[in-house]
Amino acid sequence: MTTDTPISAGDARLETNGRSPHQIKPEGFKPPKATHRTQHVLPGFHASLGITLTYLSLIVLLPLVALVLRPWEAGLDGFIRTVTDVRVVKALQLSFTTAFWAAVVNLFAGLIVAWVLTRYEFPGKKIIDAIVDLPFALPTAVAGVSLSSLYAPNGWVGSLFDPMGIKIAYTPIGIFIALVFIGLPFVVRSVQPVLAEFDAEVEEAALTLGATPMQTAIRVILPSLAPALITGFSLAFARAVGEYGSVIFIAGNMPYISEISPLLIVIKLEEFDYAGAASVAIAMLALSFTILLATNFVQVLLSRRGRA
Amino acid sequence: MKNSDASRRQFLKTVTGAALMTGTVTALSACGKPAAQSLLNVSFDPTREFYAAYNSLFAKKYATGGKPAPTFNQSHGGSGKQARAVVDGLKADVLSLALAHDIDAVAATGLLAADWASRLPNNSVAYNSTILLLVRKGNPKGIKDWGDLVKPGVQVITPNPKTSGAARWNYLVAYGWALRANNGDEAKAQAYLEALFKNVPVLDTGARGATTTFIQRGQGDVLINWESEALMSAAKDGAQFDIVYPSLSIAADTPVAWVDKNAAANGTEALAKAYLEGLYDEDAQTLAAQHFYRPTNADVLKSFADRFPAIEQLNIDKDFGGWTTANARHFEQGALFDQISAKVFKA
Repeated sequence: MTTDTPISAGDARLETNGRSPHQIKPEGFKPPKATHRTQHVLPGFHASLGITLTYLSLIVLLPLVALVLRPWEAGLDGFIRTVTDVRVVKALQLSFTTAFWAAVVNLFAGLIVAWVLTRYEFPGKKIIDAIVDLPFALPTAVAGVSLSSLYAPNGWVGSLFDPMGIKIAYTPIGIFIALVFIGLPFVVRSVQPVLAEFDAEVEEAALTLGATPMQTAIRVILPSLAPALITGFSLAFARAVGEYGSVIFIAGNMPYISEISPLLIVIKLEEFDYAGAASVAIAMLALSFTILLATNFVQVLLSRRGRA
Repeated sequence: MKNSDASRRQFLKTVTGAALMTGTVTALSACGKPAAQSLLNVSFDPTREFYAAYNSLFAKKYATGGKPAPTFNQSHGGSGKQARAVVDGLKADVLSLALAHDIDAVAATGLLAADWASRLPNNSVAYNSTILLLVRKGNPKGIKDWGDLVKPGVQVITPNPKTSGAARWNYLVAYGWALRANNGDEAKAQAYLEALFKNVPVLDTGARGATTTFIQRGQGDVLINWESEALMSAAKDGAQFDIVYPSLSIAADTPVAWVDKNAAANGTEALAKAYLEGLYDEDAQTLAAQHFYRPTNADVLKSFADRFPAIEQLNIDKDFGGWTTANARHFEQGALFDQISAKVFKA
């Protein structure tokens, strides 16, 4: 994500979260632009860039290159045959649409959670704040097992829906729920710091100038939150597309119906079909990359509009 | 992707290996005694308890005559995943997997001799299991045999043959039964399998998951499962289900082999061989029976006759032409199971 050097007070907390949501800058304040000639607090430009490149190569680039090189063992038509196979197409569709809708739900729910946590004081707030991070910490398999026990036809929640003929676990709805679970913290943690830093005076000004609360929310607050919301959305989406551990327990894993693409990759590996597995992985990667690029673009547009 | 398991295990092995080596060097320089050897047994999931018990039994036997007792490392996971970890560099001295096919896959890389199966008695199968049916207490749907699984309204739980070794055995015995019931008519046997998979509401990725789906989540009327898993669940959970022995099952042979190249590199060839040969001893056979695996020693099997009732069993080599053939016919991409999936689930 391309963001400017973090400066404002709220950003200290952002950094400890290890993520880099959109940063807000106080009015009229420009962070010093560092070039490779500027003296800086951290080790010099060359050392930092060296570390950055080595680190990124070892952790991200080399594994991805290895992945991209793999499918060509079976030739280009092998790759095309794999990714146009109906079963693969269905699995990709399933993974991407459920991930999308789960991220949409998290966009709204996450905004409300972030709002409640920043704007109100109530007993137990610290605990709820900590609970938000649990999906990060919990092994996803554990999440999958407990979600499926809850939403199975004989589980606490599942048994309420079962008489109505609605099956949650072992259907795509189950997948959707697992993906909502693992994606929740992303939106909350992206929006929360921006909301906390949001100047109450701007809101008050809007109200005193005669804006209704609804107008204040839509025309004043939401535009400044939009970049952070989109960051949270795309993080939640990207995470959900690749999710495996929690989903396979609740999905039912029926070919063509509830078989996610990561499971298809595992299946291909079980067949010792490394090239096929890598082909599906590359298809996923390409789709995700396109979508993330598009959301990034929207984000840039929105933040430009917000600044103007 | 969860491929990190293997690499993590390998990292741990490297770390422990380095630690062990330092320890060994110190021990050697200190007193000059022969150092204790260490053996890595890469196995499949449900054998954890059996090998924990066998390791201490074997260590005691091996340590007679001043030899230091060897130490053991166990690695467990899905059989195919374990094979892949060894192919990708996990330094197993010994393999004890759920399917000969998985050991063949390791042998294909040249890590062990292609004729590994002939190096130990009984085709390198020291203990095995068979496939049977679990039904709800009192058997409300009256399920007696494979033919009952395709009745309308019967829900069958079995894991996915693509990801589970157990599921491949399940599938093969059902197919073998249908072939026999239809005088060898392959089209009818295939139609039987289609009807069977139409009755499957969940395809778990492994046998343990399927057991959980059936017992804890209350899904399905019948679970196709390992005898060893069924007997162990029955011993543990009390009886929430009844065990049905169908008219026909399959000898689910779980072979063992030492990995020549790794054992040579680790200097554990003699130890690995003795370790696997020891599995055929009477006390090890008894131990296997106590852990719900069928011993291959006829006398020991007889003494556990009440635990392991006699049942007619198909044989992978005799009835299916061995794993390579069975795999190409049924489980490879585009093979029979994929064709069945396309027909049953696509609609």
